[in-house]
Amino acid sequence: MTLAAATAMAAHATTTSAASESQGFLSPTGVEIAFLLVGLVTFGAAVVTVTTKQLVHAALWLVVALGGLAVEYLLLTAEFIAWVQVLIYVGSVVVLLLFGLMLTRAPIGRSPDADSGNRWAALTVAIAAAAALVWVVVDAFRTTWIDLDGAAAGSTEVTGASLFQSWVLPFEALSVLLLAALVGAIVLSRKAKANAADAANTATTTSAPSPRNGGTRNHGPRNGGTGNDTPRSDKEGAR
Amino acid sequence: MHLAYPAVLSALLFSTGLYGVLARRNAILVLMSVELMLNAVNLNLVAFDVWLSKTAQDTLHSGQALTLFTIAIAAAEIGIGLAIVLAVHRNRGTADIDKLRDTAETDDDSEPDDSGAARPEPAEKAEATA
Repeated sequence: MTLAAATAMAAHATTTSAASESQGFLSPTGVEIAFLLVGLVTFGAAVVTVTTKQLVHAALWLVVALGGLAVEYLLLTAEFIAWVQVLIYVGSVVVLLLFGLMLTRAPIGRSPDADSGNRWAALTVAIAAAAALVWVVVDAFRTTWIDLDGAAAGSTEVTGASLFQSWVLPFEALSVLLLAALVGAIVLSRKAKANAADAANTATTTSAPSPRNGGTRNHGPRNGGTGNDTPRSDKEGAR
Repeated sequence: MHLAYPAVLSALLFSTGLYGVLARRNAILVLMSVELMLNAVNLNLVAFDVWLSKTAQDTLHSGQALTLFTIAIAAAEIGIGLAIVLAVHRNRGTADIDKLRDTAETDDDSEPDDSGAARPEPAEKAEATA
């Protein structure tokens, strides 16, 4: 830590009120203007994500929202978090969501039943929560300033040192959790197939539609369509 | 930078995700809204970590470590959640959470055409809830 940075931190820590007076409320810096603009883009993309009627467009607007958040992390000098955000969220989570939309046969184009009937109650709850949170947060941190000068608080070196010095045990526990999630996802997929095979075996005796055919049509097995029931059940039985 | 900017932005994003969780009908859109809420929490953690690392000279960097943990847990959550949604869609033919009303108390009047094909229902229910 350089001497100038240390003196700046000491001055900032001792005289918070003086620092808040030195930074004018209505004279925003360039970082604040950039943060505000990117924040508006992020919030708008988030609103479009939760209100659009086209399901694939919701996932693509989610990319804009998460990428905007990565830019916000960069503006807050947390660059490692920003790249992790780009890698994990934009890279894998949105791709997983798009695969999920495709595998559940989401309709391309506008689907009129994207929102449920209680959306006005949901809107009331969300606006009330937003008003309460914004009021409390603004009232609490009205005279608080982040000092973004000096060394970056979230560079890869700093984050790695703190992560592998102070947070090693939670880090390793997290790797166990990821392994458990991996095994859990595999078990969920395979168990459904085994149960479907059992249900298909019972379906050959009771001539009920197989649950495996639920994916092939839109209304599911409970509507009683027996289209290609028999060959699929034979395949399941032979397995 | 004023600390209220990231705090207000994260509050607004959290409320947007809350609206999405409550108002959406497709389960995958609900998962997207949950991701929005988790990202709002992440922005709050990063902003307060940067503030504390300069103001209180905090060298633990708990906010950034917790952000990384939250991102990893969100990745695990989206994997498990999508596996569950795909299992439900495979069994029921829908990913619509308004139609998954087996444990609801007033289920009789919702699906009147259900009596004919209702016999393989217990196996599907056990499978869907397993």
